[in-house]
Amino acid sequence: MSAAADTPLRRLAGDFVKSPSAVVAAIGLVLIVLAAVFAGAVAPQNPYDLAQIDIFDGSLPPGSTGFDGFHYLLGTDEQGRDMLSAIIYGLRISLSVSFISVSVAVLIGLVMGMLAAWRGGWVDSLIMRIVDIQLSFPALLVALLLLAALGKGVDKVILALIIVLWAYFARTVRGAALVEIRKDYITAARSQALPGWRILFGHLLPNVMPPVIVIATVQIANAISIEAALSFLGVGVPITEPSLGLLIANGFDYLLSGRYWISFYPGIALLLTLVCINVVGDQIRDILNPRMQR
Amino acid sequence: MLAYLIRRLGQAALVMAVMATIVFFGLYTVGNPIDLLINPEDDLAAQEAAMRRLGLDQPIWVQFGHFVGGIFEGDLGTSFVHNRPALELILSRLPATLELVFFAMLLAVLIGVPLGMIAGLRPDAPSSKAIMAASILGFSIPNFWQGLMLIMLFAVYWGILPAGGRGDTVDVLGIPVSFLTWDGLKHLFLPALNLAIFKMSLVIRLARAGTAEVALQDYVKYARARGLSPSRVIGVHVLKNILIPVVTVLGLETGNAIAFAVVTETVFAWPGIGKLLIDSINLLDRPVVVAYLMLTVFMFVMINFLVDIGYSLLDPRVRIQARGR
Repeated sequence: MSAAADTPLRRLAGDFVKSPSAVVAAIGLVLIVLAAVFAGAVAPQNPYDLAQIDIFDGSLPPGSTGFDGFHYLLGTDEQGRDMLSAIIYGLRISLSVSFISVSVAVLIGLVMGMLAAWRGGWVDSLIMRIVDIQLSFPALLVALLLLAALGKGVDKVILALIIVLWAYFARTVRGAALVEIRKDYITAARSQALPGWRILFGHLLPNVMPPVIVIATVQIANAISIEAALSFLGVGVPITEPSLGLLIANGFDYLLSGRYWISFYPGIALLLTLVCINVVGDQIRDILNPRMQR
Repeated sequence: MLAYLIRRLGQAALVMAVMATIVFFGLYTVGNPIDLLINPEDDLAAQEAAMRRLGLDQPIWVQFGHFVGGIFEGDLGTSFVHNRPALELILSRLPATLELVFFAMLLAVLIGVPLGMIAGLRPDAPSSKAIMAASILGFSIPNFWQGLMLIMLFAVYWGILPAGGRGDTVDVLGIPVSFLTWDGLKHLFLPALNLAIFKMSLVIRLARAGTAEVALQDYVKYARARGLSPSRVIGVHVLKNILIPVVTVLGLETGNAIAFAVVTETVFAWPGIGKLLIDSINLLDRPVVVAYLMLTVFMFVMINFLVDIGYSLLDPRVRIQARGR
């Protein structure tokens, strides 16, 4: 441990750079997120502006040049859309859906988990019984059935993901909170007669965050792949806002005739994103895991 | 034990009731199945006749009342599309899914355990590092895209395996199975492999961790000291002791495999219950979706129950009572 490592955040960064693969993955992840956020500036064309796409450039293989000299690095789909641009825009939808749903799920999980640990008794049993029941079913299946009942739409996918994911956070938060509540600083806060919400959000919350951060990175990857699978199955995002999963589904029909690139490259983008998140998440877990700390 | 089973079943009944109600009313608000079912050129009278025949002309509350009443007579409704009882329809598709899941599990164990043991015995060898890297990839790769890539390689470029469907089947005790015909096996291989790759990655990790731990135990050292051949030490003494976690985790994963079969069956047009569910959702075939839901909840509760019992049989330290909160 170097002498400069004085703040928790700096210590985290110092431990993080010790793994070369984690650094590469983190850089890749930053690039992916930047490309998604600034899709309008990064993508060679706006794939959903009909004035920019040319139907005569349809189904061109990767590396082709269109009629007007436009270079299609990853080829085009059947409507003449540049696949690279479609992937960058699709990435934006995939990432924002999973980021929003995980953020809300974290908030709900924090409140529910801390409440269960703090109040105990029937509140605890009720919340944890719901969590147990929910976690005994696969997330994909629950989300699929919820979307069957909700219908298609970006907002509905987000809602279904929140309902599926909050339970993971509630369980983790409760476990961490039960350990923290027994510690002296909580007793000290109690003896000052602070109101319950101030103890929960001012004192307990910062100390249950490390495991939540670990689970959140893993669950963002989970949310991305669930969303992709739902969209592939035709119950996720609508055709007007195609995520990576829907792009892959659209290419399925052309795969058998050898036009592989329409679903191949969106899948590579999806895979790279998931691998980067998982590698970064593994490294954060190793650092924050108390058993691994020296 | 009996009280435990009854409490589990009560919970399952509650989950079934809540989910079935949500999905029942949800599908009603999503759209009218009649718009997808009838010929658009039919006149209004024909439309109304069709709606009356399916009971869709009645208010949703009355329809729900009929549905709840039917449950107590063992009737989960009749499919709007197939015009057969929904439960019978699902049960007729179930063998295909179970066959797929079973072969996926078999592949996962037959390939995953040896690879995991290799990685566990020589953790620093390049081959072990390659195996572990492959297992990380197997965890991250989106299942449906992986299926498309398998089709692309095996069916489109090499042309050695069919891209989808179930192939020839043979009836065993009145149930059609694929694995007894050459054509059926060829159709079964890709979907089973697709479903197996995720489980295989899991098995590799379990087997590696188990092997690394067991290889240091005294009984393994003793077996070596007795002069037994390395293959016998690894194949009997090590293998036996790493199988317990592998089998329990795979038992728990059976439910997940049935859920993920939805994706694999859709990619490979495998005619199991997962594909039936997706088709039914798209056609708003409410009785089939609700019946699928109730059957799956029941299956999950039974699988979890059996795994709990299996735990307490394999490991007497785990007491069932201790698990109930």
